[in-house]
Amino acid sequence: MPKEQILYILDTAKQFVGVTSPNREVKKVPLLRGKSVFNLFFENSTRTRTTFEIAANRLSADIINLDIPTSSTSKGESLMDTIDNLIAMQADIFVVRHNISKAPIEIANHVPEHVHVINAGDGSHQHPTQGLLDAYTMRHFKQDFSKLKVAIIGDILHSRVAKSNIHALTTLGCHDIRAVGPESLLPSDLAKDLSALGVKIFHKVEDGIKDADVVMTLRIQKERMDQGQVPEGAAFFSQFGLNAERLALAKPDAIVMHPGPMNRGVEIDSTIADGKQSVILNQVTFGIAIRMAVMSIVAGN
Amino acid sequence: MNAEALYLDLLRHLKEGLFSKASTTTVYLAGLAIGGAWIAKRLAKDLNLPQYGVINVSFHRDDYAEKGVRALESANAMSTELTFDVNNAHIVLIDDVLFTGRTVRAALNELFDFGRPAQVSLMVLADRGERELPISADFAAKVVALPRSQILVLEQDANSHFHFQIEERLN
Repeated sequence: MPKEQILYILDTAKQFVGVTSPNREVKKVPLLRGKSVFNLFFENSTRTRTTFEIAANRLSADIINLDIPTSSTSKGESLMDTIDNLIAMQADIFVVRHNISKAPIEIANHVPEHVHVINAGDGSHQHPTQGLLDAYTMRHFKQDFSKLKVAIIGDILHSRVAKSNIHALTTLGCHDIRAVGPESLLPSDLAKDLSALGVKIFHKVEDGIKDADVVMTLRIQKERMDQGQVPEGAAFFSQFGLNAERLALAKPDAIVMHPGPMNRGVEIDSTIADGKQSVILNQVTFGIAIRMAVMSIVAGN
Repeated sequence: MNAEALYLDLLRHLKEGLFSKASTTTVYLAGLAIGGAWIAKRLAKDLNLPQYGVINVSFHRDDYAEKGVRALESANAMSTELTFDVNNAHIVLIDDVLFTGRTVRAALNELFDFGRPAQVSLMVLADRGERELPISADFAAKVVALPRSQILVLEQDANSHFHFQIEERLN
C-alpha cells in the first residue's frame, strides 16, 4: 500500500472519530445506507469482528454475521460456492478473516467488480486494518513517524499484526523499528527479511526497548506453534514480558500498545497494561474509525 | 462581483437584526465548510461573538454513491465543530453561494444529528437561483445569474478578505 493511500485512510478515519463525539446526538452517518456487509470469520476474533460490526452500523450499512462453524462450509460446501451464494443475496462488502494466508485475496479475485473484500487478518500473513489503526494511534499520540523509535516485542514470527505494522511504519517513513523476541520467534530467514526492510533485530528486551517512543507487545500465538517452541507463561514473562523495569528503559513518555487479546503476566505485566502509558483501549476505539474509513472508501470506489 | 461589499452587507444585516441590542434570543452562527466557515469566523470576530460553529456536510451528501470517496474529500480539510448546544437555539447557517439547495439540505441533516434547534435560518453572500429543492435564503446579499456550466468560488486572501472567482465546471 503506497504512503498516500495510508495517509488518506488515516485522514478519513480522523473524520469518523468525530461521528462519536459526545455532543453528536445521532452517532451514525448514512454513507453506506442500503449496503450489505457480510462478516465472514473463518477464525475467531471477537474484537475485530465486533469493531467491523460497529463500524458498519455507524455507517448505516446492514451487517450480517455468518456463523461459519455451523454454516454450509462445515457441510462440505466449497468456499467459493459459499461466496457465490452470498453474492446472490446481494452482498456488497465481505469482511474476511481466515486462518489460511491470502484467502481474502483469492476471494477478491473471485468476486464480481461491484463486490468488495476487506482483509480482516489472514493466517500469519497480514492484518491491514490493525496495522492502520496502530499507525493511527501512533500518529495521534506521537505525530511525526520519521522521528519515532518503535519496539515490537514478542511473537513476531506468527504475528500478521507485526508484519502489517512494519509495512505501514516503513512506508510512513519510520527509520527505527526494532523486532524483539527469542530466536525461535525470530528465526534467521525471518530476521534476514526484516533486516532487508531496515528492521533491527534484538533478542534481549533490555536492548531493543532502549529509548523507544512506542512499545508494542504481541500475544504468543500458541495455536500457530509446536509445543516447546517458546518458553511458556511465567518463563516467557521473565525473559520477554513487559514490566516496569524494562519499560523504564524506554522514553519516559513512551506509549504502550497491544493488539489484543492480551495475556496478562505473559507478554505484559498487569500494572503496565492498566498504567498511564498504556493506549491499548484507545487502539480499540480508533479501530472503529479506521474500519469505517476503509469500508466507506471501498464502497465509494 | 465584490465579495467584500457583499460580506459587509451581510454583517450589517446581522448587526441590525439578530445581533442588535434589542434581540434576546440565543443565536449561534454555523458556517458551511469551507467558504461559509471562513465567513462565519470573520462574522464572529466582527460581531464580538465568543464562538461560531462549522458544519461539514460530507456525511450527508446525496452524491456519495456516484462520487464516492471524492464526496468525502472536503471533510478531510474541515470537520463539523459545534461547540454550543444546538437544542432550542436559533442557528444561522452561513454559506458563500446558494445554488441547487442540496448542500443546505445536507447541512440541515448534519445539524439535526447534534440536536433540535428552535429555529434555523440561512444567510448567504450570493444566491444563484436554479434551486432543485424547496429551500430559500432568509438573507442573500446579492442575487446573481450565471450559466450552469460555471461555478462561483469564494477565495480568501492573506488578509482574510474575500474574492469571488468564476470557474468553468470540469465535468
